[in-house]
Amino acid sequence: MHAFKDSGHIFRLVAVFVVGIILFLVIRGFLVPKSFGEYGHYRGNAMAEAAARPINFAGHETCETCHVDVLDKKKDGKHAHVNCEACHGPLAKHADDPASVQPAKLDTAVLCVKCHEANAAKPKSFPQVASADHSTGLACDTCHQPHSPAITDGGTK
Amino acid sequence: MSITRRHMLLLLPAAAVAWKYVLAGSPESSPNYTMSQHWWSMLIDLPKCIGCGNCVRACQSENDVPDGYFRTWVERYHRTDYDIENPHVDSPDGAKEGFPPTKEAGGENFFVPKLCNHCADSPCTQVCPVGATFISPDGVVLIDKTYCLGCRYCIQACPYGCRFLNPKTATAEKCTLCYHRITKGLTTACCEACPTGARQLADLKNPNDPIHEFLKTHSVQILKPYMATHAKVFYFGLDGSVR
Repeated sequence: MHAFKDSGHIFRLVAVFVVGIILFLVIRGFLVPKSFGEYGHYRGNAMAEAAARPINFAGHETCETCHVDVLDKKKDGKHAHVNCEACHGPLAKHADDPASVQPAKLDTAVLCVKCHEANAAKPKSFPQVASADHSTGLACDTCHQPHSPAITDGGTK
Repeated sequence: MSITRRHMLLLLPAAAVAWKYVLAGSPESSPNYTMSQHWWSMLIDLPKCIGCGNCVRACQSENDVPDGYFRTWVERYHRTDYDIENPHVDSPDGAKEGFPPTKEAGGENFFVPKLCNHCADSPCTQVCPVGATFISPDGVVLIDKTYCLGCRYCIQACPYGCRFLNPKTATAEKCTLCYHRITKGLTTACCEACPTGARQLADLKNPNDPIHEFLKTHSVQILKPYMATHAKVFYFGLDGSVR
């Protein structure tokens, strides 16, 4: 054992390193979440957590399960492809509990112009009006029926 | 009561088990959803966009986005016929309340909705030092809030300016493509609220998705293709001045 003469300090150093590495691995095993690295260098559970968020917009298919009458009114009109919650706002709570959560009544005087106020940047084919000239402050639903807004002879369609 | 050595030895493994549970969380898995069967993207049909801001409002309500920050927003471009390189762009409050009247001063005016492009080679996920942001197996760039340190590297790395630091949680935030909705078979809040169909969620792995027919018959463009991000938000009718 001549070669290892006076080398005790090296072995002690190696022992310290080995203990350190084992400690590191043990602590790491405790601190790194189980799902980390399941799909890549991230926590696999993060996706399920993102997916667990509650929804706010119910989706038009949910609305249509009850409000078939509105669907009938809409189907031939210009607004056939406008989803319910585009105007009525997020109503998942109403869909969950229709009796106690009632959607607010909409004010067409402020709602319609959000889309239909004339603006030079809007596509030319989109129906636009300068509301001040067009209706002089009257609510749009005085003449137009919002679910099918075209005006035909003898009132709204 | 003082804790003896015996109690301590009993408590330690119990604490370890509890800690393991805390780290694992209790995620709610979506039934009937297999990540490997989807590759999400979005189609923006620009000639249909009317700049109403419905998407911005829908996103803020669906995702609790703090005021003054945006996961999606709409820009109004004005480019003259003489200087295509330097369009004038504005987006008052992200177009949350729509746009004021546009001056007709020649050239072209149009709206461009923006959101995270959910790049297949995203620069933002590559710079995260802790693995807090990643591309999910179904092609959505997500952030793990519990892992994010708030170092802001990803915010600087995104060439599209789609990320911000949430002032309340001090973690990076961005569009999740409404991951909580698309995994339940719903469309995103912005697509649901868009009155003209200018935004359409698309699943590139679904052979029956109308996106395939659209891509066959239309010329689409992505934003900043020279960044080689392989963005998955496709714009139809995109003007060359849009950055």
